[in-house]
Amino acid sequence: MKQIHVNEEYCIGCRLCEIHCSVQHSRSKKIIKAFKEEAPRALARVLVEEEGPLSFAMQCRHCEDAPCIEACIVGAMHRDEETGAVLCDEDHCVGCWMCVMVCPFGAIQRNLVGNKAASKCDLCLGEKVPACVANCPNEALTFIEAANSNGGEPQ
Amino acid sequence: MTFSMLTPEFRIERDQERCIACQVCVRQCANDIHDYEADEDWVYSDHSRCVGCHRCVTLCPTGALTVRENPLDFRRNANWTATRLRDIYKQAETGGILLSGMGSDQAHPIYFDHLLLNASQVTNPSIDPLREPMELRTYIGRKPDRLEVSRGPGGLRLETQMAPQLVLETPIMFSAMSYGSISYNACLSLARAAQRSGIMYNTGEGGLHRDLYEYGSYTIAQVASGRFGVHSEYLETAAALEIKIGQGAKPGIGGHLPGEKVSADVSRTRMIPEGTDALSPAPHHDIYSIEDLSQLINALKEATDYKKPVGIKIAAVHNIAPIASGIARAGADYIAIDGLRGGTGAAPTIIRNNVGIPIELAIAAVDTRLRQEGIRNQVSLIAAGSIRNSGDVMKIVALGADAVYIGTSALVAMGCHLCQKCYTGKCNWGLATQDPYLTKRLNPEIGSRRLANLIRAWSLEIKEMLGGMGINAIESLRSNRDHLRGVGLNQGELDALGVKAAGMG
Amino acid sequence: MKHVIIGNSAAAIGCVEGIRRYDPDNPITIVADEPHSTYSRPLISYLLGGLVDESRMGYRPADFYEKQRVETLLGVEVTHIFPERRCISLAGEGALAYDRLLIATGGKPFVPPIPGTNLQGVYTFVKWEEARKIARHIEETGTRSAVVIGAGLIGLKTIEALLARGIKVTVVELADRVLSTIFDATGSRLADLILRREGVEVRTQTTVSEIIGRGGRVDHVVLQDGERVNCDLVIFAIGVRPNTGLIPANAGIEVGRGIRVDARMQTTAPDVYAAGDCVEAYDKLTESHRPLPIWPLAYRQGHVAGCNMAGHDREYDGGFPMNSISVCDVPTISVGFIEPPDDGDRYEILDDYDRETLTYKKLILRGHRLVGALFINEIDRAGIYTGLIRDQVDISQFKDHLLSGSFGLISLPKDYRKHMVVGSGIEV
Repeated sequence: MKQIHVNEEYCIGCRLCEIHCSVQHSRSKKIIKAFKEEAPRALARVLVEEEGPLSFAMQCRHCEDAPCIEACIVGAMHRDEETGAVLCDEDHCVGCWMCVMVCPFGAIQRNLVGNKAASKCDLCLGEKVPACVANCPNEALTFIEAANSNGGEPQ
Repeated sequence: MTFSMLTPEFRIERDQERCIACQVCVRQCANDIHDYEADEDWVYSDHSRCVGCHRCVTLCPTGALTVRENPLDFRRNANWTATRLRDIYKQAETGGILLSGMGSDQAHPIYFDHLLLNASQVTNPSIDPLREPMELRTYIGRKPDRLEVSRGPGGLRLETQMAPQLVLETPIMFSAMSYGSISYNACLSLARAAQRSGIMYNTGEGGLHRDLYEYGSYTIAQVASGRFGVHSEYLETAAALEIKIGQGAKPGIGGHLPGEKVSADVSRTRMIPEGTDALSPAPHHDIYSIEDLSQLINALKEATDYKKPVGIKIAAVHNIAPIASGIARAGADYIAIDGLRGGTGAAPTIIRNNVGIPIELAIAAVDTRLRQEGIRNQVSLIAAGSIRNSGDVMKIVALGADAVYIGTSALVAMGCHLCQKCYTGKCNWGLATQDPYLTKRLNPEIGSRRLANLIRAWSLEIKEMLGGMGINAIESLRSNRDHLRGVGLNQGELDALGVKAAGMG
Repeated sequence: MKHVIIGNSAAAIGCVEGIRRYDPDNPITIVADEPHSTYSRPLISYLLGGLVDESRMGYRPADFYEKQRVETLLGVEVTHIFPERRCISLAGEGALAYDRLLIATGGKPFVPPIPGTNLQGVYTFVKWEEARKIARHIEETGTRSAVVIGAGLIGLKTIEALLARGIKVTVVELADRVLSTIFDATGSRLADLILRREGVEVRTQTTVSEIIGRGGRVDHVVLQDGERVNCDLVIFAIGVRPNTGLIPANAGIEVGRGIRVDARMQTTAPDVYAAGDCVEAYDKLTESHRPLPIWPLAYRQGHVAGCNMAGHDREYDGGFPMNSISVCDVPTISVGFIEPPDDGDRYEILDDYDRETLTYKKLILRGHRLVGALFINEIDRAGIYTGLIRDQVDISQFKDHLLSGSFGLISLPKDYRKHMVVGSGIEV
C-alpha cells in the first residue's frame, strides 16, 4: 500500500499540512469557511513537531501490525480492506484511549468534542493523494509505495 | 534605535475576509514581519521590514496577502528619484557603503531587447525539429587550426592531438555561485540538474563540498583570488578549471563573505576558520600581467596532467577585446565574460550599477577581435550577465558566444524573487543563506527538477528557433550575425554589435 | 488442517486474524460457552451504565465470521480436552477433532469464600450476561445503594457504571489504597479524591467478611472491622484468575499460575496453543512468566498463536502491564512498573504533580531505560513512552526532555526517530 513518507530534512515547519488536514476533515471542506464559520474547528490528524530548525509532520503510520488495532477494546480501530489504511470508526469508539496508550508515534488524538472518540489520519479516505501531502510545498511529505513494513510492528 | 527617515518600501495588504490566521506567513518570514496575537486570533504585519520576496504571498493558503510597492510619492523629480533619496538617507544614517544582491536593476539599455532573430521563408526551407535531428551539443575548449588525418586499414584516423574539451548537451551552463554565498541545497540542486541535463555547474570560489564530489564530471571548479578550497583533489575532481579574475556585478573588486555565513561546513569546504570573514582580494596577487596569468594556467594544466580545459572568467570592461586576445594567447581554453547586468551575492551598489559594459557589446567586440586576429578557434567564449530566456541565448550565440552561463535565471528557477537581499543571509527561499531554518526550504529534489525543466524548455525553444532559421546545429549560428537585426539602435551601437538595422536587407 | 479455538474474545479473534493472514482456506471452528457473537467484554460496564446499548457490543462487524470463514459453536460448553487424541468433547454435542487447538478460555472472577455469596443481589461482573442480570436486578429492586468489593480496574469501571445509574456506591478494598496495582500512592490519592468528589464511599484496608440477606436478598454487608454497610447490591470486582479448569491433569499441558506457553504461544502439548487471560506469558519487564490479563496482550498472544497455527513462525516478545482507564472522566494511563520493585536494581523516578489541575506524570527509569510511566489527567501522546518501554530505548540523551511539555518524537535520537518514522526499507 501507499504510505505517507516523512522527510524531516525538508520540512519547513509551515504547518500547511495541519491546516489542510483540518479543512479536509471539516464539514464544508472549504478552507475559509472551515476556519471562519465552523466551530469547533475540525482536528488536524497530522501534527507538526518542532524544535529549533528541525521540524517534521507526523501522522499515523498505518502500521502493519498496528498496536492500536490490537488494543482497541471495541473493534472500532480496524484496517480498511481496500486501502489498507488503519481507520477508527468514530461512531463505535467509546473513548477508552487504549490506542493513545499504545501508539508509539503519538499519532492518535483525543477528540473531546461531542461523542468522545479517537481521531487519527484516515489517509483522506481514499483520496488519490492525502491533503497533507498534496499541500506540502516542499515535498517533505510524499505518498509512495512502501518498500517494506515500518517500525510500528511490535517485536 | 535612532530616528530614521527611511520609509517602508513595500506595503502588505491583508484581506481580512480571506485571512484565517493560520500563521503560515508568521512562520515563513525570516524578517519577522508578521505577528500573531493569540488573544485576538489576528495576524498583524509590520511592513517596514518587508523586502518584497513574496514568500508569505506564495505560501498563504487563502491568497489573503498582497505586497505592493509602498505608494508613497516623493515630489516628482526626474533627477532626484525616490531611490536616490533613500540611498542618501541610508548612508547618512550608516556612513557605510551600500550593498546589494543580484545584478544591476538600473535602466541601462538591454541590447537583447533591441535585437531580432531571422527565420526562413520560401527561399530556404525551415526545419521541423520534431522530425529532423537538431544538434545543440557544444564542445568547450581549444580547437586546432587544422586537422590532420591519415588513411589506415581501419579507415580515416585523426592524427591531430586534440585539446581537452567539455561536452555540453546544450549550450547553457550554471554560473559560478559559491557554497557559502548560496546554500548547500542550492549547490546540490545545481549539481544534480547539471548531471540530468548533461551540462556543467560552477563551484564559484567556495570550494567543493565533499558530498558533491560525485557530480565532479559536471563541475567547473573555480580558482579565485582567495584560493578558497583549492587543493589537488578539488582540481582533480572537477571536469574543468576556471581562474576567476572578475565578475560582472563588481568588476575590479574582490569578494567578502561575512563570517556569519562561514558555518562549520562552509569553513571545512573553504579551508578557512569557522566564523571568519572570507575575503577575496581584488586582484590575484600573483597575476599582474598576461604572462603571470599564463603561468597560472600552465600550472593548473600541469597539476591536472593537461586533461582538463582551463578557462578564465573576466568581467566585461571597456577594453575587453584586447584583454580577451591576451588571455587566448596565454593558453586559456575558454574565456567566460560576465556583463554589466550579471548577478552577485553581495556587491557595493554603486559599483554594481555603474561599472562594466553590457554582455552583448562585449561578446560582439571579443568575437570580432579574435576573428580578426585569426585565433577565434583557439578559445571558446562563454557569455554571462543576465541571460533571461532562450531568445537571449540565441542572440548571444549569434553575436559570437559558444555557450552561456546562467546564474540569476537558475536562482529564479529555484524560487528567487529578486528581492536583492542576498547579502543579509536571510533568504526566505533558502537560496542565499546558511541559516538552518531557511536552507531546508529548498528541497534539492524540487530544485534540481525545476532547473532541469528550465534547461529542457530553453533547449526545446532553441531547437524551434534554429529550425525556423533553417539551421540544424547551434554551431552554425555562432557569430552568424546575419541572423540578427537591430531595432531602435544608433549606428554606433549597430557597428559595435556588428549587425544591420532591421529593414536594411 | 483443522483449527479449533476455545473462546471468543480478544485472544480468539486475534487468533482467527493471525491464522487468516497466512492460511486463507483451512477450516476454523470457534467454540464458546457464551451465546453471543464476539463482543467487547470491557464494554459491559458501559452497557450497565447505559452509555452504550446492546447494539454496540459487537467486537467485530456482524459479517466477521462469514468473511473469515469461521464456523461457530456458540453457547456450547467444552467438557474435556484430549490432547493425545486431538479432539475436544462438547456438552451434548459429542466431540470435535482438531489439528491445531487454541485454548483462550480467559479469566475467572475471583470470589472469596465468605458467607452470603449465594444471596440474590450478589454478582461478579465479567460477562455480558452478568451485566444484564445486574441491570435487571437494579430495575426490579429499585437498587439505591451498592457495595463494590475491590477497587481495582474492574471495580472502578463497575463504580462508574453504578454512578451513571444514580446508585450510591461504597467500595471496599483490602489494600491500603484504591487502584493499588496500577497507581502509586500519589495516583491513588488522586483517584481517591476524585471518587469521593463523586460521592463514592471508600473503605480501604478492610474487606467484606459477611453478606447479610433478608428474604434471600442482600440487605447489608459487614466489614472486617465490624462496620455495617446497607446495600441492595454487592458486586465482586476483585479480579480474574486464569481459567484453567478445562485443562486435564496428566495430559501434558502444564499449568502454573496460568497455562504455560513458549514464545510461540504453544503449550507443553504438541499442537495445543493458548493465549489471553488463561496463560502465564512472558513479561519483558520482570523477565518472568506470569498472567497479565490485559486486552491488547490477549489479542497479540492470540495473533501470534494464530500465525504459528497457520505454519508461519512468529514469536511473542513479551508484554508488560498497561492500562488506560478513566476515573470518573479523568483519563489515566499506567504502563509498566509504577513503583520501583525491590529487586536490587537501581531505579530513578521523574515526576511532576500539579495540585491545581490534578495532573500527575511519573516516569520510572532503570539505568538508561524507561520501565514505567503513569499519567493522570494528561495522557496525550502517552504511547510514545510506551514505545520507549517496549523497545527499551536508551534515554540518556534526552532524559531531561522526558517530562517537558514539548516532549515528542522530535526529542528522540535521530536514528531511532528515523527508524520509527520511516521504517526499514525506505532510504532517507
